[in-house]
Amino acid sequence: MSFETPDDRKYNESHEWALRDGGTVRVGISDFAQDELGDVVFVELPDVGEAVTQGEAFGVIESIKAVSDLYAPVSGEVTAVNEALFDAPEQVNEDPFGDGWMLEIELSDEAELDELLSAGDYADQVA
Amino acid sequence: MALRTPPLRGRHEEAGGSFTDFGGWEMPVEFAGIRTEHEAVREAVGIFDVSHMGEVEVYGPDATRLMQRLTTNDVTALSPGDSQYACITDGDGVILDDTVVYRRPDEGETPTYLFVPNAGHEDWMVERWTEHRDEWDLDATVDDRTEDYAMFAVQGPDAEEQVQAAMANGIEVASLSRFTATMATVAGTECLVARTGYTGEDGFELVVPWDAAEDVWDAFDGAEPCGLGARDTLRLEAGLLLSGQDFDHEENPHTPYEAGIGFTVKLDTEFVGRDALEAQKEQGVDETLVGLRLIDRGIPRHGYDVTDTDGEVVGTVTSGTMSPTLDEPIGLAYVPTDLADPETHLRVVVRDRPKKAVVESLPFYQR
Repeated sequence: MSFETPDDRKYNESHEWALRDGGTVRVGISDFAQDELGDVVFVELPDVGEAVTQGEAFGVIESIKAVSDLYAPVSGEVTAVNEALFDAPEQVNEDPFGDGWMLEIELSDEAELDELLSAGDYADQVA
Repeated sequence: MALRTPPLRGRHEEAGGSFTDFGGWEMPVEFAGIRTEHEAVREAVGIFDVSHMGEVEVYGPDATRLMQRLTTNDVTALSPGDSQYACITDGDGVILDDTVVYRRPDEGETPTYLFVPNAGHEDWMVERWTEHRDEWDLDATVDDRTEDYAMFAVQGPDAEEQVQAAMANGIEVASLSRFTATMATVAGTECLVARTGYTGEDGFELVVPWDAAEDVWDAFDGAEPCGLGARDTLRLEAGLLLSGQDFDHEENPHTPYEAGIGFTVKLDTEFVGRDALEAQKEQGVDETLVGLRLIDRGIPRHGYDVTDTDGEVVGTVTSGTMSPTLDEPIGLAYVPTDLADPETHLRVVVRDRPKKAVVESLPFYQR
């Protein structure tokens, strides 16, 4: 099975993606991750205004069978949360790179983006 | 230790199954997805490979006496082809395992019982049966048949139609009532076909000679292949217990009365644990297994604390999930009996945060 790894964004080894739009980074989980988890039934996310730190857990995602931590690909203040996921967590399965997004973070250190995997390297990791 | 593999390991892999270790067996946990499989069983029909279940046969002149003394239900109520749910308890009445006891429809001159211990428990049970047989000087043979038989469950509202279509020798499946079994030819092989299951739906379980497993499985190609993931969500909605999780004689010892399966205990029979259970029945239980539904957002999981509304820990979640049918977070937990009435408000502690929960009467789902 092959998974989508859009090359407009960068990836954590722990399967989160980071899509930069100016000073903001949008965060979600990869196609591979949603497939591994199976039916997503619950997402716990921080509130707007909270700070997240690169490499540290910012939330929790639960499928029917498993509970997993979500790790921040970059550090910064949370500026938006996809509250639609609270009522429709299945969007993470249906559209992990689009409607299934989780957070927007105000980027505090641009250099952190360089530490993430390129789409190609991430594709190799999940191949 | 190497994992044991069911006869259909290769077939499951071809079907896109992902696998997990369950009781020492490498079993499919998921095929098309837990929700898809779950819905197929609630609305149509699914098939499960449950070859990890043990099979132990007991036969001979004293087979009935041996079974009666080691299980809580009344095996003398079974005619050939009947089956019953029962517990196996120790001298304190603590559940060691739960099982279905079948009296084989094709038994010979003496009664032949087939009982189904949970995954990986057959050695333990064969030892228990053999030791007690010798201690009581009974004439019965105890045979571990776990690797002679595959076991499949065909479950759902369309199961009857599927099983009827697969059976060759003119038996009317509709005449099989719940907890009865017949011998039937499926894909040219004689199988034991019983109207039993673990999903809360109508359905059948087939005990199949190991070597014919593939042909018999293929006879149900209209049924959705289902893994242990859906089996768990289905049984939990139906309020059915999982051995080793909802009770465990070492880590979570409980009696059938505490576990809400007192109906399996027949105190007018003689069995190991009877006196302790009679005493507990007279005194009443201190703790009871209840159904919980979370009101707040969150999912109860095995091992999470349950507290009262003041934050005092009163119990532990034994099983929990997001119910695919009800779309509600549900779970099971042992709580003090005075907190066990339906609509009692409790809390489940999810990642250090108390979530509001309410006691619900079991089962959560009834067809």
